[in-house]
Amino acid sequence: MRPFTLGAVAYDPKVVTIWEGFGNWFGEQGFDFDYVLYSGYEAQAEAHLTGHVDVTWDSPLAWVRTRRLAAAAGRTARSIAMRDTDQDLTSVVLVRADADIADVGALRGGTVAVGAVDSPQATLLPLAHLAGLGLDPDSDVTVLRHDVMVTKHGDHIGGERDAVVALVEGRADAACIIDGNQLLFAREGTVDADALRILTRTAPYDHCTMTVLDGTESGVVDRFIELLLGMSFDDPEVRPLLELEGLREWRPGRTSGYDQLEAAVDRLGFYGPDGRILAAGAPR
Amino acid sequence: MSTAVVDLGPLGLDGGAHVLVNLALADRSAGERVAVRGEHPALPVHLAAWCRQQGHGWRTGDPGDPSGVVGWVERGATTGARWRGAARAVGDDGSDGIAPAAVSEWGLAARGAAVEPGGPTPRFRLDRRDDLWTDRATALYAQAAAGQWDPATVIDWTVPIANPPEVEAAVVTVMTFLIENEEAALVVPARFLGQVHPHFREIQQVLAVTVADEARHVEVFTRRARCSGRPLALSTAGGRASLQTLLDEPDYATAAFLLSVMGEGTFVSLLSFLEQHAPDPLTRQIATRTRADEARHVAFAMAHLERHATLDPDLRPRLARAVEARHRALQHTSGLNEDVFDALVLLAAGAATPGAVRRGWDRVQELQRDMADGRRGRLARLGFSMAEAETIADLHTRNFM
Repeated sequence: MRPFTLGAVAYDPKVVTIWEGFGNWFGEQGFDFDYVLYSGYEAQAEAHLTGHVDVTWDSPLAWVRTRRLAAAAGRTARSIAMRDTDQDLTSVVLVRADADIADVGALRGGTVAVGAVDSPQATLLPLAHLAGLGLDPDSDVTVLRHDVMVTKHGDHIGGERDAVVALVEGRADAACIIDGNQLLFAREGTVDADALRILTRTAPYDHCTMTVLDGTESGVVDRFIELLLGMSFDDPEVRPLLELEGLREWRPGRTSGYDQLEAAVDRLGFYGPDGRILAAGAPR
Repeated sequence: MSTAVVDLGPLGLDGGAHVLVNLALADRSAGERVAVRGEHPALPVHLAAWCRQQGHGWRTGDPGDPSGVVGWVERGATTGARWRGAARAVGDDGSDGIAPAAVSEWGLAARGAAVEPGGPTPRFRLDRRDDLWTDRATALYAQAAAGQWDPATVIDWTVPIANPPEVEAAVVTVMTFLIENEEAALVVPARFLGQVHPHFREIQQVLAVTVADEARHVEVFTRRARCSGRPLALSTAGGRASLQTLLDEPDYATAAFLLSVMGEGTFVSLLSFLEQHAPDPLTRQIATRTRADEARHVAFAMAHLERHATLDPDLRPRLARAVEARHRALQHTSGLNEDVFDALVLLAAGAATPGAVRRGWDRVQELQRDMADGRRGRLARLGFSMAEAETIADLHTRNFM
């Protein structure tokens, strides 16, 4: 019998360190674990459906696709765990602090810088949010995309950084990023303090999730969840791995934070209801 | 405890406001709250994002709150986790905080620092206090740091050299010999420097400044040798073989003994000889400066070995065996380069005349007696009997270092 096998996307070399480290730790707990790295989430979702892996570490968009692919095949997907930092995020639409832009309507005819075509946080969610406020991304504004590492669903932060730089340099009138990254870009010096202001922001949504499909042996899944939730930030062995992965604690999974993205995917025509990729510029 | 309030004024989290929030949270326990007041328009958004990343709770306040409170930060349970189990990198037996054995987990941490568990565990071979410690290290380092000199300014390189050609050639021969010896005196401490556990920072500091001293000596001897435009002299196979045995010695105490007590101690005599008898003021100035540094190197090794020998009864026999082994290893080599010996005679003679050479000869004889006396004296201070000291001193390499 093969080890319980996790699929993850190699958006950064640190991914190897993280899963090697967690894998060793699982082994020390007597849990037979292995992992497979995919170059992108689309390939990972498809591999999950074919049973190559038992659990996937999914971007929110990968969750949406896996759920749709599963439903189309008469199956169900389940969110079993997520990071504390995955819950209740928002994306913000930034403008220059001194810009004469008082409301979303003032962006009409302007340029909105976003992340990669498949970034939920820096493209799909904020564009759908703007559309909900009456600003059609296809006709009312020019969308300036920053396609860094397409297929990795915006995990690479470079697309968001490029969007902010475009705003700071005046090549765009607004930029869409995840809320916490404004602080990161300020800290690293990409933007000066008080140089940007928040024009609007999305409702809260959830980010990554550990996903399993029905039919996966429940005892093993339960043990995996138990081990994840039992990882302690106080443990000096796992703390560096938790820090690399960007969390303090694992929490039970939930799907209540994905409705906004499901709606955005439909509104912007990214995936079909059956999980097929529809969007131009996205890999098929 | 009442709810603390932190007032951020116009400062935003994109301008460092989290520093003030952290200060306010520092004396709170997990679950306790700090109210945040401030005027920056993005404060609620940024505080929510920051709290999520930091593992704190966040509750947004009422936007119309007349008190100006924008919300409350609840200190998370994981805050300060790095301090849990962090032990101080100090010894548990002494007020000076120096541990009998440095722990590899301490790594590069400052002595006295709290060390978060879980870091790398570098291996420093010299990690036991009694193998390398001396209380004199602090004072010797301070002395060395205060005594650093700039060859470009403290030595008058404009002094004309008017030595007869034979005498100048002798100076170049002696300088060539000194340079390769000082290279050995640089390389040996440099090799051990990287093996000393950083807990014993005073020892590192002395070794580091010793290396810097020797680098300077190599510079000034080289510069002096080239003053008259002559090529450097011969480096003999026997001379290098003798120095190689110092480089090959893996034991710190033995290497310190052979290099500093026996070798550099002997060099102090040689540099005193140059200070007194060198034919030109430039060479004499250089000898004065370098001798002061070398004397400090000898004092450091002596202080370490005197302590070490009182704690380890096996040390003295080990050192004696090392000298015998070195003697055996070198017995088929020619000993001191004849050219160097003759150059010392000529240098001290100051002229290539029978009377002057005889004077130089006598001075070199006196130098050799002085070197042997010094070796015996240092050996006695390390606790060797007179007979042992006599034997060991006589077995010391004929190559001086």
